[in-house]
Amino acid sequence: MRGQEPRSTSSCAACRLLKRRCNPNCIFAPYFRSDEPKKFAKVHKVFGASNVSKILIEVPEEQREDTVNSLAYEAEARLRDPVYGCIGAIALLQRKMIQLQHDLALARSCLARYTATPSCIGSTDVPVIADPLGDFPAGCGGSIDSFSWNLSYELNQEAHMYDFSQIPYV
Amino acid sequence: MSSGRCAACRYLRRKCTEDCILSPYFPSNNPQRFVSVHRIYGASNVSKLLLRLPIHVRAEAADSLYFEAQCRLEDPVHGCVGLVFMLQQQIQAAESQLVKTRVQIAVMKSQAQHPQPREAESSFNNPFLRHFDNDANLSFSNQISSGFI
Repeated sequence: MRGQEPRSTSSCAACRLLKRRCNPNCIFAPYFRSDEPKKFAKVHKVFGASNVSKILIEVPEEQREDTVNSLAYEAEARLRDPVYGCIGAIALLQRKMIQLQHDLALARSCLARYTATPSCIGSTDVPVIADPLGDFPAGCGGSIDSFSWNLSYELNQEAHMYDFSQIPYV
Repeated sequence: MSSGRCAACRYLRRKCTEDCILSPYFPSNNPQRFVSVHRIYGASNVSKLLLRLPIHVRAEAADSLYFEAQCRLEDPVHGCVGLVFMLQQQIQAAESQLVKTRVQIAVMKSQAQHPQPREAESSFNNPFLRHFDNDANLSFSNQISSGFI
C-alpha cells in the first residue's frame, strides 16, 4: 500500500527528479513511487510537473491514480511518436475497427444468403444487408476525422509502436 | 503579412519574432487553440517538442497536441486515452460478433452441403457448435476465419 514507508526519509520519484524535499502532502508521492523513476520522468518531459500537479489537484482524489496512468500512457505515446502521440494509436484502432466493420458486413451478408431462403444457396439474387452495423459507430469523437492525415508511413506497419496491452483501464 | 503577434506570444505577452516557432501553428485568429495546448503542455514543452521535429511535420504535431489537449480538458481523468479504451472495447465486441457470425455461416454451410433428414442436430454431434460457446472460442475461430469469406 502507498504511504507505508516513512516519507520523511524517502522522496517520491517526482521530488527526486525535481531535487526537492518530498513533504508528507506531496501530491505526486502516492502515484510516482521512488522505484518507478522513469514514469515520472516521461510525464514530466511531456507535460511538466507543474501542469501535472494542476491536473491532479482538479480531479477527485479517488480518480487521481487513473489520471496519472492515463498521463503516463499519453506521455509514453508522445515520446515514442512525437508527431502523432496518442492520436496515432487511436488512428490505428479506428482503422482496425473500420476493417472489422467491413468484415462483419460481409459476414452478415453471407449469412443472410443462407438464412433468408435456403433454396437460394448459391444464388446471387439475395440482397446484401444495407446497414448491418448500427451497433458499432465508425469511431468515437468525430473530431479526429478533421485531421489531415498526411502520413508518411503506413500506420499498420507501425502498429508495434503502440503497446495496447498497457492500457490501464482493463 | 500581418505584423501582429501570434496567439502564443499574445497570450504570453511577449514580442513575436519572425522566427517564432509557435506562430505558424497558433495563429492570432484562434487564441483558444493555444490556450488549450498551453494549459496542458505548457508553451515551453510545446516549443521544445516542435523544435525537435522536421518542419514538414510540425503542423501535424501541433494539431495532435491540440486534439489531445482538448480531450484532456474535457476529461481530465482519462484524456484521449479514454478513446483508446473505448475503441478497444468496440473492437473486442466487433471481433466477438464476427466470430459468432462466421461460426453460424460455417454451420449453415455445413448443413447446406450435407443436409440432414432429421431436425437440427444437437450441439454435441455438430463439430462446429461443440467448440463454440457464448464467449466465442477465438482460437477455434481463427482456424475458420482465415479465408472463410
